[in-house]
Amino acid sequence: MQAVYPLTFAALLFCVGVYGVLARRNAVLVLMSVELMLSAVTINLVTFGQIAGDAVLTGQAFALFVLAIGAAEVGVGLGIILLLYRNRATVNIDDADLMKY
Amino acid sequence: MISDYAWLIPALPAVSALVIMLFGKRFPKHGAEVGIAAVAAAALLAIVTAIEVFGANVAAVAAVEHGDHAARSFLNERALNLTPIGGGFGIEAGIRIDGLAAMMFLLVTFVSLMVQVYSTGYMHGDPRYTYFFMLLSLFTFSMLLLVIGNNLFMVLVGWELVGVCSYLLIGFWWEEKQNSDAAIKAFLTTKFGDIGLVVGIVTLWGMFRTFNIGEIISSVEAGTQAGGAPLETGLLTFALLTLFLGAVGKSAQFPLHTWLPDAMAGPTPVSALIHAATMVTAGIFLIARLYPVFQASPTAMAVIAVIGSITLLMAGLLALVQDDVKRVLAYSTVSQLGYMIAALSFSYTAGIFHLFTHGFFKALLFLGSGSLIHAVHSNNMSDMGGLRKPMPVTFWTFVIGSVALAAIPPFAGFWSKDEVLAGALGGGGYTGNLLLVLGGVGGMITAFYMTRALYLVFAGEYRGHGHPHESPAAMRWPLVVLAVPAALIGFINLPFEFAHPTGFAAWTMFDIEYFEGHPAEFVVWLAGLSTALALLGFVAGRALYRTSPSLAKDPMLNMGPLTMVLENRYYLDNLYTDLIVRTVVRTKLANAAYWLNDHVIDRIVFLAGVGANRLGKATYDYADQKGIDGAVNGLGVSANWSGGLIKFAQSGNVQFYAGALFVGVFVFALLFAVA
Repeated sequence: MQAVYPLTFAALLFCVGVYGVLARRNAVLVLMSVELMLSAVTINLVTFGQIAGDAVLTGQAFALFVLAIGAAEVGVGLGIILLLYRNRATVNIDDADLMKY
Repeated sequence: MISDYAWLIPALPAVSALVIMLFGKRFPKHGAEVGIAAVAAAALLAIVTAIEVFGANVAAVAAVEHGDHAARSFLNERALNLTPIGGGFGIEAGIRIDGLAAMMFLLVTFVSLMVQVYSTGYMHGDPRYTYFFMLLSLFTFSMLLLVIGNNLFMVLVGWELVGVCSYLLIGFWWEEKQNSDAAIKAFLTTKFGDIGLVVGIVTLWGMFRTFNIGEIISSVEAGTQAGGAPLETGLLTFALLTLFLGAVGKSAQFPLHTWLPDAMAGPTPVSALIHAATMVTAGIFLIARLYPVFQASPTAMAVIAVIGSITLLMAGLLALVQDDVKRVLAYSTVSQLGYMIAALSFSYTAGIFHLFTHGFFKALLFLGSGSLIHAVHSNNMSDMGGLRKPMPVTFWTFVIGSVALAAIPPFAGFWSKDEVLAGALGGGGYTGNLLLVLGGVGGMITAFYMTRALYLVFAGEYRGHGHPHESPAAMRWPLVVLAVPAALIGFINLPFEFAHPTGFAAWTMFDIEYFEGHPAEFVVWLAGLSTALALLGFVAGRALYRTSPSLAKDPMLNMGPLTMVLENRYYLDNLYTDLIVRTVVRTKLANAAYWLNDHVIDRIVFLAGVGANRLGKATYDYADQKGIDGAVNGLGVSANWSGGLIKFAQSGNVQFYAGALFVGVFVFALLFAVA
């Protein structure tokens, strides 16, 4: 079954993303890790779309939506990080604890 | 029906009393105009109501004479049930409009209107002018409440309210101890009678389980008590005699009449309104109200006749030796009240007709005496004399009032007193004969003391100080207006067959069978005899007083021991104050009462107070502070504490949140996979 390769790859990529989100201290890297997770999801969508083989290519079409939303999310996320940097002169995510009790 | 709105008649003076009390001094006339407007409106309403009621009664009489025996006398009774606040006693707030009530409305509102107009002149410049008009309105309301009530409970409330107003008005000039003493005496003496009234009302309630006058009357007429048991006549007689004790106190009958002459300490308009025309007739009104019940007890009726007869003669004699003109009128009032009370024993119509006519001419006489006092600044006839020339209006109206009181035909008092004597003649028996003899002699005495007063006041030379002058217009006009009914009102009840079905007797009947059973009769020899006796009194008075002698030469005051007995009022006051009050009440009884008060009642009150204090403290300490406050505080503390525990979840670390998210998703995924 050829689909096992892309799915395994996507799972590994997702795990890398999760690791990046949880372990990295640099906000830009956290954001990039989120993008990795999104990419993993996109690969899964394309793969399952191929397996299902429907005529209108639902999976592939949704992959395009995810890419578009990912681009928007990066835009917003980078904006937040930029403001964070301007206000605190750092992008260390541990320092951004305004929501602490 | 207009009588549906009769509740407005007492309501208007009640509102005006309230308005005067709260805002009286802000009005341009200091509240007098409010009282006068309210009572004038009430008087108009009373006239309209009376036209309806009297017309219906006359129509009922005509219907019966045309053979329609289903016709009934007018009665409009309606009530608000106050059971939710009255407990199980069936207390109502209701009106009972019949001929008697309509007549009383007319009398009370008309005299009250005249007296209030008069007071604007008489009380002018008094420091408590507004307060005076408030009390007059309050009194008018109370009296009308007494009249309108459809149950004995309301009658009792009105009865006590008029007593309070009387007390306040007798002691109106309380700066002088004599006046406040008179007020206390009046209050306590009538209160003694009121005990009887309360006992009587409670006894009637016990017998009939209702305060409603109509229900009591129909029960008695059916001869049953509550629950259909046969009527206990002995108990009924007891109840009626105790009720009559209330009437004896309020209507100043022997032996509780002593307060009324002292009550003249109040302002003269008050004497006219309360102590001549209206409040003192409350006892007569009460008997008339319960007339069918009184008819069921011959014993009570006999007692009424005897007490009334004694009173009328005894008070008439006392009027002979008075120097104070108001006291002459006061004793004359007591005497006339005796006529009314005694008359009720034989004839319902005679009693209330005399009440009606007497209200007008006695109010006129009192207002006239007020006009005299206003002019000479003294109550004493020894300070008057020769006032005919300077005070013509007062003189002529006073003469009209006097001849009406002395029962000279054709003035009002003649017709009503003739009705009384004719009733006594028709009633017969020893009580009837007693009233007949004493009433005839009393009529002569009445004519004599009024002649004496007239000559002492108006004839001869002026013996007082300063220059007397006629009173202001506000005081003259009420005299003139009152002189009209004093002269003419007797014609509404001519004792002839042709006038009977459309006259006063028909207007005010309480029951058509009673009306039909008491046809008009004019006993020529009786009317002639009573007129002759009155004229004899007049001639004797004229012979003795034509020269208007001074006090030292007054024949009435130079009769040796007889004068002494009369001047000391038969020593009744001494009996009350010295024997009863001083020896019994003030020493033994007072000490015993004090001991009881100090050792028993105070102790109980004290212990109750301490107990209440302890209970309160315990409640505060345990229930409030520990229980309720503890629970409230506990809620707050536990919320604070649990919040302190879970606040650590809010670390502010984004990666901690993300980790939690992943763990959560993983757990859910696992659960779904297992499921």
